[in-house]
Amino acid sequence: MRRVLPVLLLAATLLGGCATVGTPSPKDPLQGLNRGTQAFNDAVDEAALKPLAEAWVEYVPQPVRTGVRNFFGNLGDGWSAVNHLLQAKPEPALNMTLRMAVNTVFGLGGVLDIASEAGLERDSEDLGQTLGRWGMPAGPYLVLPLLGPSTLRDTAALPLDMAATSTALVTGSEGRRLSGTLLNVVDTRARFLGAGRLLDDIALDRYSFLRDAYLARRQNQVYDGDPPEEGDDATK
Amino acid sequence: MLKKWITSTTAALALMATMAGTALAAVAPDALVRDLSVEIIDAVKADPAIQAGDVKRVIALVDDKVLPYLNFQRMTASAVGVHWRSATPEQRQRLQDEFKLMLVRTYAGALAQVKDQKVELRPFRGNASDPEVVVRTQVKGSGEPIQLDYRLEKAGDSWKIYDVNVLGIWLVSQYRNSFSQEINAGGIDGLITKLAERNQAAAK
Repeated sequence: MRRVLPVLLLAATLLGGCATVGTPSPKDPLQGLNRGTQAFNDAVDEAALKPLAEAWVEYVPQPVRTGVRNFFGNLGDGWSAVNHLLQAKPEPALNMTLRMAVNTVFGLGGVLDIASEAGLERDSEDLGQTLGRWGMPAGPYLVLPLLGPSTLRDTAALPLDMAATSTALVTGSEGRRLSGTLLNVVDTRARFLGAGRLLDDIALDRYSFLRDAYLARRQNQVYDGDPPEEGDDATK
Repeated sequence: MLKKWITSTTAALALMATMAGTALAAVAPDALVRDLSVEIIDAVKADPAIQAGDVKRVIALVDDKVLPYLNFQRMTASAVGVHWRSATPEQRQRLQDEFKLMLVRTYAGALAQVKDQKVELRPFRGNASDPEVVVRTQVKGSGEPIQLDYRLEKAGDSWKIYDVNVLGIWLVSQYRNSFSQEINAGGIDGLITKLAERNQAAAK
């Protein structure tokens, strides 16, 4: 992976060079590069990830898929608890810790999500949100090779997020960790199979639609569903 | 048992509080949103065609139940932004029609996912005497609750929705950038053509 990344970045840069640049946006100074990376990601998705995700849905029974989803979700819950704590929110931190404990002990290591049934719902946080909460601006919008929409801030937080949420906690050899990550990625993609078509239907420009949605959603997450008003109703 | 009692008592108290706040408008905005949500979810559950994503049925449902509570002209005007003022009445009407169709298609996709979801109101922090309020709800099903908020304006005795927030994304703001991108490239007619193209492509 470490050796592949520079190559991907280079490929994305080259693709970006010939991509058309739309309206400049102050939040997106690297639009040319980003559009190239997105085209690259879409190509990879079409060729590999989407077929894998479709096969996953077709051949693996629903309970198994739910189990996989719960297992990785459970690992993420622990990291969410840490981030709640870092944001000085003791109550959700406690809830998420409890959630993880219940699911790990009584839910067969996280395969069953019995905490949700008991009313302990998931409340996700990641390091990017924590940094935002601490006052760090999102910075320019970035489309990462293979990983998709991000910002400079979220990208800086990403290595720790990734290490904490999935790979590091699945003990074992490099190979096992890699297959664990792949499984997580395929399952996540499978959940968005319907969304891809929808996106093509409702977006005038897929790139800027995704970008604006990502930026708005992250801003909303940083403020836990209550971001400050931007107040831009142009008709008033 | 106790939990049920607490829930119904809270509901009763909330109802009383709502009634106290309705001195000016006949319907409280949060009650309106809640009733509308319940009505729609029930209608979807009772209609296999909608669950299969039948856009025509969704349009019928929207026209019947949702449209009376929607200020669609304001939604369109706000998404189009400053250029709305320079649009002719015909252009405005066409923009509104195409935008509506596009949103209804989005809505059809979302409604097809409705299974055992419940809509819960989050605490209402506005004031029913304000001309514009935000009603916050969340949809609970399997997995993390989905945030679904509404902006409403007072319309006589009732309220009209003029923006919707799904998962932290306000719909009208979401379209504002892409609309201005199209208008800059091809004018208002360019935007209308683009919207119509999308709608036709999706109808196939």
